[in-house]
Amino acid sequence: MFLIYCPYCEEHREEEEFHPKGQAHIARPADPEACSDEQWGDYLFFRDNPRGIHHELWVHAVGCRKFFNITRNTVSYEILETYRMGEQPRFTAEYPEGKPAEAAAARAEEVERQEGVKA
Amino acid sequence: MQRYSGFGLAKHALNHHENWERQWRNPTPKKQYDVIIVGGGGHGLATAYYLAKEHGITNVAVVEKGWLGGGNTARNTTIVRSNYLWDEAAALYEHSMKLWEGLSQDLNYNVMFSQRGVMNLAHTLQDMRDVQRRVNANRLNGIDSVVLTPEEIQEIVPIMDCSKNARYPILGASWQPRAGVARHDAVAWGFARAADALGVDILQNTEVTGFKIRDGRVYGVHTNRGDIEARTVGCVAAGNSGVLAKMAGFRLPLESHPLQALVSEPLKPVLDTVVMSNHVHGYISQTDKGDLVIGAGIDGYNGYGQRGSYPTVEHTLQAIVEMFPIFSRVRMNRQWGGIVDTCPDACPILSATPVKGLFFNCGWGTGGFKATPGSGHVFAWTLAKNQAHPIAAPFSIDRFHTGALVDEHGAAGVAH
Repeated sequence: MFLIYCPYCEEHREEEEFHPKGQAHIARPADPEACSDEQWGDYLFFRDNPRGIHHELWVHAVGCRKFFNITRNTVSYEILETYRMGEQPRFTAEYPEGKPAEAAAARAEEVERQEGVKA
Repeated sequence: MQRYSGFGLAKHALNHHENWERQWRNPTPKKQYDVIIVGGGGHGLATAYYLAKEHGITNVAVVEKGWLGGGNTARNTTIVRSNYLWDEAAALYEHSMKLWEGLSQDLNYNVMFSQRGVMNLAHTLQDMRDVQRRVNANRLNGIDSVVLTPEEIQEIVPIMDCSKNARYPILGASWQPRAGVARHDAVAWGFARAADALGVDILQNTEVTGFKIRDGRVYGVHTNRGDIEARTVGCVAAGNSGVLAKMAGFRLPLESHPLQALVSEPLKPVLDTVVMSNHVHGYISQTDKGDLVIGAGIDGYNGYGQRGSYPTVEHTLQAIVEMFPIFSRVRMNRQWGGIVDTCPDACPILSATPVKGLFFNCGWGTGGFKATPGSGHVFAWTLAKNQAHPIAAPFSIDRFHTGALVDEHGAAGVAH
C-alpha cells in the first residue's frame, strides 16, 4: 500500500485515493497532422517501461482531482518524489541520488539547517 | 527419453521408484546454436519443442535466468479457453486449444488438461449484448460457445447467487464447454522434457545481459555464463520483454504490471467449472487438490516486484463473495503476483523487430497461459522460416504504426 504525498494538497494520502495514468512527460506532438505514422504510433503506444526509476503521471482522483508526477522505483516500489505538473524530476535513472548540482544545494541547505544559526 | 506409462510406473515400483531418469539434462552452454530462445517459461519451451519437432531444428538453446517455469507459467490461474471476439485472435487461441486437446499424448506427459467449461458472466444489459455478440462471433469461427440463462447457470453452478436481489444480478453468461484448466507446472516440465529429448539445450540460471548486434543484425547474446552465438534469437520473456528490447536498442508498446492471484485452503469439491466475471471483476475455479484459485486484476502502475497491492486483493474477494456468499468464511492460503506485459490492444506481439534475426513473442498481458502451445507452434514456424506464420501475421509490431489493432479488450477484459 502506497502512502502518496499529493504536491497540491500537501498531504500524505492512501493509494486508493489516486489512479496511475502511465508514463509522465510525454509531449503531444505540436502539429499532429505533420506527424508520420511512425511518430504518431510512437506517441500513442510506445512506452519506456524501465526496470528501476520511472516517472509516472498520477491523478488524485477522490481528492483534489489534479494530475501530478511521481518518480518511483518499479522494482523496490520506493517513491522518490512527487512533483507538480510542469516541474522536472530531481531523481532520474541517470542520477538516482538526485541531480548533482541540486543535490549539493539540497545537502548544503540541510547542513545549514542542522548546524543552526549562521551569518 | 524414458517414456511414461502405466507399465513403467509398475516397473519402477519394484525398485522403490529410485531409478527414474532425470526429466532433462543440465548442459554447459555451447559456443554456437542455430537458434537461441530467451526465456524458459511455457511459451519459450513450447517454441523450442516445436522448432525441434516440426522443423527439425534441434541445435537450439533455451536461456533462462532463473529456473524453468518460475515466472508467469507458475503464477497464472491455469485457465484455457478460446472464446475471443475478433477473427485474428480467435484463430490464434483456437489453434492453441486444438493443440491442448492432444497435448498430454503428444508430450507423453500428463498436463492434466481438464475441459470443465468456462463461464463468462453478464451482469448488465450491455454485458448481455457483448456476450451475445461474442458468442455469435465464436460460432461463426467454429468455436463452441453458447449463451446461458440464469436458470441454466444455476443448474451448472448451484452455489452461485443467481437471485434477483444480488447487488449485481446475473442476467446470463457465455459458456465454452471445451474450455477448462491445465496443470501449469506440468506444461512447462512436459515441454522441457520433450524438447530436451529432441536435443534442445535448456540452460537455467543463465541470464542474458545484452545482444551481439552488428550492422543491424543479431549474432548472439551475452550472458552471465559467457557469450553464445546464433543468427536467430527469439525473445519470449513476458514482463521483462521491455528490458530486453532496451538492450537491443528499441522500444515496445508494452507496460509491465503486477497481476496477482491467490488460493484458499483446500475444500471438498464444490465448484466443477471455471467462473469469470468482467463486471464485478473476479474469476474462480477449484483445483483437484481442493484449493479455490482466485484471480485478481492488475495493479494500474508499472511494476516488476512480483507482488500485488492489497486494495486489488480486497476488491477481488468482494467480487467473489458477491457471486458466492458460501465462500465468505473461506480462508486464503497464499497470494502472489506475476509481471504481465500488457499491450494497448490486449493482443500479443509475435513479430520480427528492427534488428534482423531478432524476434519477439510478448505482450500476452493477462492471458498468455491458454495460448502456450499455439504461441510456441506459430512462433517456431516464424523463427524457422524467417517469415510470420499466417496466424501470427496480424500480430506484427507494425500494427501500432499502421493502426490495424486487434482490440480484444472485450474478450480479454477480465484479467485471466
